[in-house]
Amino acid sequence: MSTEQTHEIRLNVNGVEHQAAVPARRLLSDALRHDLGLTGTHVGCEHGVCGACTVLVDGQPMRSCLMFAVSAAGHEITTVEGLSRPDGELGPVQQAFRECHGLQCGFCTPGFLTTITAGIAENPDPTEDEARDMVAGNLCRCTGYQNIVKAVCRAAELARSDEDGAA
Amino acid sequence: MTTRMMGAKVQRVEDDRLVRGTGRYVDDVAPDALHAAVLRSPHAHARIVSIDVDAVLDVEGVHAVWTHEDLEGAMADPLPLLIPHPTLTHGRTQYALAKDEVNYVGEAIAFVVADDRYVAEDALARIVVEYELLPAVVGIEAARSGANLVHDDVPGNVAARMEQSNGDAAAAIAAAPHTLSLDLHIERSACMPMEGRGTVARWDPDQGRLQVWTSTQTSTGVRAAVAAKLGLDLGQVDVITPDVGGGFGVKIVHPWPEELLVPLAAQRLGTAVKFTEDRREHFISSAHERAQVHHVEVGFDDEGRVLGLDVRFWHDHGAYTPYGLIVPIITSTQLLGPYKPGAYHVQFDSLYTNTVIVTPYRGAGRPQGCFVMERTMDAIAAELGLDRADVRAANFIQPDEFPYDQGLIFQDGRELKYDSGDYPAMLDKIKELVDWDGFESFRAEKAAEGKRVGLGLACYVEGTGVGPYEGAHVHIETSGKVKVATGLTSQGQGHQTAFAQIVADELGVRFEDVEITTGDTRRMPYAVGTFASRAAVMSGSAIHLAAKRAKEKALRIAADALEADVDDLEIVDGVVSVKGTDSSIPLGTVAVLSNPLRYAFDEASKAATQFNVGDPTKPPVAEDDEPGLEGKDFYSPPRSTFASGMHAVIVETDVETAEIRILKYAVVHDCGHLINPMIVEGQIHGGVAQGVGGALYERMAYDESGQLLNASFMDFLMPYVTEVPTSIEIDHLETPSPLNPLGIKGAGEAGVIPGSAAFAAAIEDAERLPITAMPISPSELFALRQAHAQEPK
Repeated sequence: MSTEQTHEIRLNVNGVEHQAAVPARRLLSDALRHDLGLTGTHVGCEHGVCGACTVLVDGQPMRSCLMFAVSAAGHEITTVEGLSRPDGELGPVQQAFRECHGLQCGFCTPGFLTTITAGIAENPDPTEDEARDMVAGNLCRCTGYQNIVKAVCRAAELARSDEDGAA
Repeated sequence: MTTRMMGAKVQRVEDDRLVRGTGRYVDDVAPDALHAAVLRSPHAHARIVSIDVDAVLDVEGVHAVWTHEDLEGAMADPLPLLIPHPTLTHGRTQYALAKDEVNYVGEAIAFVVADDRYVAEDALARIVVEYELLPAVVGIEAARSGANLVHDDVPGNVAARMEQSNGDAAAAIAAAPHTLSLDLHIERSACMPMEGRGTVARWDPDQGRLQVWTSTQTSTGVRAAVAAKLGLDLGQVDVITPDVGGGFGVKIVHPWPEELLVPLAAQRLGTAVKFTEDRREHFISSAHERAQVHHVEVGFDDEGRVLGLDVRFWHDHGAYTPYGLIVPIITSTQLLGPYKPGAYHVQFDSLYTNTVIVTPYRGAGRPQGCFVMERTMDAIAAELGLDRADVRAANFIQPDEFPYDQGLIFQDGRELKYDSGDYPAMLDKIKELVDWDGFESFRAEKAAEGKRVGLGLACYVEGTGVGPYEGAHVHIETSGKVKVATGLTSQGQGHQTAFAQIVADELGVRFEDVEITTGDTRRMPYAVGTFASRAAVMSGSAIHLAAKRAKEKALRIAADALEADVDDLEIVDGVVSVKGTDSSIPLGTVAVLSNPLRYAFDEASKAATQFNVGDPTKPPVAEDDEPGLEGKDFYSPPRSTFASGMHAVIVETDVETAEIRILKYAVVHDCGHLINPMIVEGQIHGGVAQGVGGALYERMAYDESGQLLNASFMDFLMPYVTEVPTSIEIDHLETPSPLNPLGIKGAGEAGVIPGSAAFAAAIEDAERLPITAMPISPSELFALRQAHAQEPK
């Protein structure tokens, strides 16, 4: 094994505390995927442009390929694996993507799902233009985005009815 | 009665795992694997004087470092030339690791295996290579000049010259009342799937068996190549294609150097090894497409009917020719689209350059062919002062002329003979969808606001579902669940859904009870691959035929058990019953009965044991039968089936900035019978977005020394949501194919084919100046305006 110096860190991911020993240069994306085995977060470009690796750090979208794992210690991280409902059913954004055929190969999807989760938390009733803005920083090569925009609006609708149900 | 699944917008079964993040892509498997990294040439053309890897051996965590010298036997030979052709007289392929010379920036030189990718890349940085630089040949002009050669033994950089004709085009043009000539250019782009290439291999020393997971469009192709190169029996190699993050053509190329080096490393090191390509590597070491230069001579009559068409073009295939001449052959044949010129002659040169290899990208030569033909149609209309749609209509093959033989040989070595279509009906639909006849008033309205708008139309025909074959295996288990395997791979097309729809309909089982496996050579070792919009046609048909066989057997056994006539039986929701009676038997029980047992393993299986079943005077398994409720079949058509479509786009070109905005995008599409319209429309959406990219944004910016200047997502402008049309109007026409049992045609590539042609036409219509090269950026359009304004009228 390599003798590279490692740092013991605690990562809170999807509400679960994980411990890992990582070199300072290890990207959060690699730590999630390879140290914690949370392979739902995908890496599409490793330079912060495609958005596939987007996770939520304290509720805010963050490109996990642009953050070191050691920098994420002490923050609450949400990955695609954390978007389902507590009972295991699909969360609103996941369900909307399925209903609207918002994915094809599914590789970019986790980044869209996390981005939209944060987006509709901030703007629970987006117009179609606002839905487009919400996903304007994520690349998808399969869908032509038509159904992704529909899925944003549908996800917001599902999330609102959740709120209504809870109220 | 079970609802018919074929034609229904069924939600995808793939999605549950993919939206939960529990899909399995190649990089997700084998978490304990060692990681490989590849040293790539920084020069476009150089001789390798020496390679010094000594410093790497001191890096902790490095397990292997190889150069060409470390390869033996077939591994040391050049990679396969996958599709030979008699006219490909000077085909060349690269080595898994470069031997003596490199011919493009990105070519693999050395291979390192280490604890993780970080360490592997540290090791690469310590390898010292001494190069003797050679002049780089970049671009078609440089290749044609032949001043410098990519390969010393390929004169003029010409790998192939190919020619086809139908009739005497030169004579027809000479005799025509009107003639035109055009020069038309298309630049390089690339597939750019969100997941790059990737391969994982495990060697099992106990079994002497290799398991390879790879992000490919052909598991069986990789299997054969790995076995041949590593000197293994085919039976020692399993190739599994898990979830694939997009392909669009690039992943049909195989074996990539890493697809051989990773299995070899797994075997030599006795541990799992993984290679995951990064984005820069994908730009410089996978494949590109599209770059061609075309010259057209056309002769036509007063109605715009093409009497003779002569096309000469030059195809830039990059540094090597592993995929043969498929792309230019497709351009040269599919260029004809829905039209029937009086005579046609085409000739192309396929040229070497010191750039990344060129292999099919969605559309595969058709976008270029469509661009050439449609630009020609528009030029004819402009010359004669006729409506552009009318000129097209005057040239259409008519519905009563099918099958229509274009008199050429297609990419599969078969006749270019269209099976069915209705182009006049399609033209009516697209004109209505885009409001063709109302456009001049729209233009006037916008002009009054000081705005400039244009309308473009492009038509294409796409040969889909090329052979040689695909197969399927259908297994009805004793639980009543149906397990289906087909060998081709999936990279987002929803095969698990669409194929299950076909099975549910044919077998009469619940859709939820059908499970489809693709791309696993353990389950279906005979297969070709997913390309040329062939999966639905080929595997869909094979699955339908295999399900039919399983059904026939089920009915035969059930008829026996129910003491009824086969013709009186029906299967609904997985239960076989005698029509109009209560007499029935579940398919799971039929499966139990299909397999005569000595040993019971549960309650249900007792029914099939030797004291309970069968005529004791006959063999338990009849001579012409076999145990199990299974069906296997293959589909191998005589030739391709021809899908077609028409796109129309309205653009606004900014009067000040020359920015190009899409105001409306309309598509009429004919892929025969639709299996799942939701999936087909998704394919069209994605294709249109790639068409927009190819027309307005994407290009490979090589400098004169062969460096790719925009090898990142920062600089290569792939469309985001902000660049695609806000809506895409779609209408379908369904002219079934007579060549397969379901009447289907392929749909995967269609959306991208007419993009550049339609946008060029719309921009030309807005600007009133000829558009002859795509893609076009605002600054290029601005420059064209200035140049045009200075031209003497």
